[in-house]
Amino acid sequence: MDDLYREVIIEHYKNPGYRGTLEPNDISFEDENPLCGDHLKIDLRVDEKGNVSEAAFSGHGCAISQASADLLLESIIGKNVEDVKKLNKGNVLELLGIELGPVRLKCALLPLKILKAGVYGLGEATDELVE
Amino acid sequence: MINNFDVLKVRNDFPILSREVHPDVPLVYLDSTATAQKPLIVIEAMDDYYRRHNGNIHRGVHTLAEEATEAYENARAKIARFINAKKPRQIVYTRNTTESINLVAQSWGRKFLNQGDLVILTEMEHHSNLVPWQILSEEKKLRLEFIPVDDNGLLDLAVYDELLAKNPKLVSFTHMSNVLGTINPAKEMIAKAKAAGAVTLVDGAQSVPHFAVDVEDLGVDFLAFSAHKMVGPTGIGVLYGREDLLESMPPYQGGGDMIKKVFLRSFIPNEIPYKFEAGTPAIAEAIGLGAAVDYLSSVGMETIADHEHKIVKYAMDLLTQVPGLLIMGEKEGKRGGVTSFTLEGIHPHDIAQILDQDGIAVRAGHHCAMPLHDRYRIPASTRASYYLYNSVAEVDKLIAGLTKIVKMFNG
Repeated sequence: MDDLYREVIIEHYKNPGYRGTLEPNDISFEDENPLCGDHLKIDLRVDEKGNVSEAAFSGHGCAISQASADLLLESIIGKNVEDVKKLNKGNVLELLGIELGPVRLKCALLPLKILKAGVYGLGEATDELVE
Repeated sequence: MINNFDVLKVRNDFPILSREVHPDVPLVYLDSTATAQKPLIVIEAMDDYYRRHNGNIHRGVHTLAEEATEAYENARAKIARFINAKKPRQIVYTRNTTESINLVAQSWGRKFLNQGDLVILTEMEHHSNLVPWQILSEEKKLRLEFIPVDDNGLLDLAVYDELLAKNPKLVSFTHMSNVLGTINPAKEMIAKAKAAGAVTLVDGAQSVPHFAVDVEDLGVDFLAFSAHKMVGPTGIGVLYGREDLLESMPPYQGGGDMIKKVFLRSFIPNEIPYKFEAGTPAIAEAIGLGAAVDYLSSVGMETIADHEHKIVKYAMDLLTQVPGLLIMGEKEGKRGGVTSFTLEGIHPHDIAQILDQDGIAVRAGHHCAMPLHDRYRIPASTRASYYLYNSVAEVDKLIAGLTKIVKMFNG
């Protein structure tokens, strides 16, 4: 459990590198976790080659979801949108370096869900995106 | 009374309270507002039913069916006595508080409410006393108005008086807030609603388990509550209704047991309460609820309320000393056994998760009261709630856990 709140997570929660909004942006999507009401918005700027040049997240959430958002955005800078589409649950858990039960998994995966709904240009973020 | 109350003895009645959550970490259960733990007498009543008496009720002639029917109906009579209903036939078994309120909305509401009719609710309602009326309103175009909650977590009764002057058809409110612990002045509010010609519904999910609720004294028309929050099983709840109102209401669901006669193209409904109990009900659970009522009565509802008041006061005194901790609702006065709070800069989910490490079970989130959290401009809170089996030592563990979390995040 102390692992769950290992330093890197608290650090990214308290001092996120990618918190903010991007206006204008190329991709923007927001949604919430209905279980807890956490709200997250992700904005991306994408260059002409389809690579993510800038990313930012805003909203409110627990340490797990916020750290997950920060680590996730950090990991996709310079990546092609097509590669972002391929990201899955395993990638997020690897970034966080922790194991999670079913409830907290929803917190950890909320950023990926929103990111993928954005890059796919979907109307809503569904759990299927991160299975 | 309170001096005679032995919390350790009560704890022994609840098998789950002696388990460890993690190796050498005992359970500190502070989530009874979500669901209460069950005493052995309830577990055994249901076990005994399945081991010895299981049979479908009401139309069976064999011994098992007779025994099951008798136990099921005995439980109904116990519940009626517990809330001082005049007759057992005023007790409708449902699945839970939510279903009880939906029953009133879909049966009474669909028949008696019309376009433009005023329904008064409050800002502190659980979703179960908001959404059923919103659903009905989509069909009926009702006027839903809300009694505001002030900064102390109390209803603004001056606004209530103003709303009452607008010819309300229904006033439906929670007896006790599941977030704030506020105990609303139900008797006074019901009397005023009646004087204004409105029907009244009280959400008793948090009141019936925690203090004596007397439907005759309250004068309430409908009272909804759940077994699982009053040391009974999940899957069964109650709608109490005024007899003439229940008689006037159409069936809510169709099927077996709710009919007197059925033809190919029509039916004649059964009498109350069976008219509202279509299909094979939760028989074991009804019997379990009967045992829960026996248990609570044997401890005494006043004793339980006194104990909870003592615990919550102790908790409030210590919680307010935790740095950055803000308690929702009134700081003074008498609140029910609920303390919801925020800790500056730390999300409720993280608090609940870290407390679980110490075996402490609290709830994090909006507690099915999103509009209330909107009113306080916070997305979520952490809630510790207390029942007859909680001790001051458990509150001390909560405080120690919270102090540790504050250090961890802000140290």
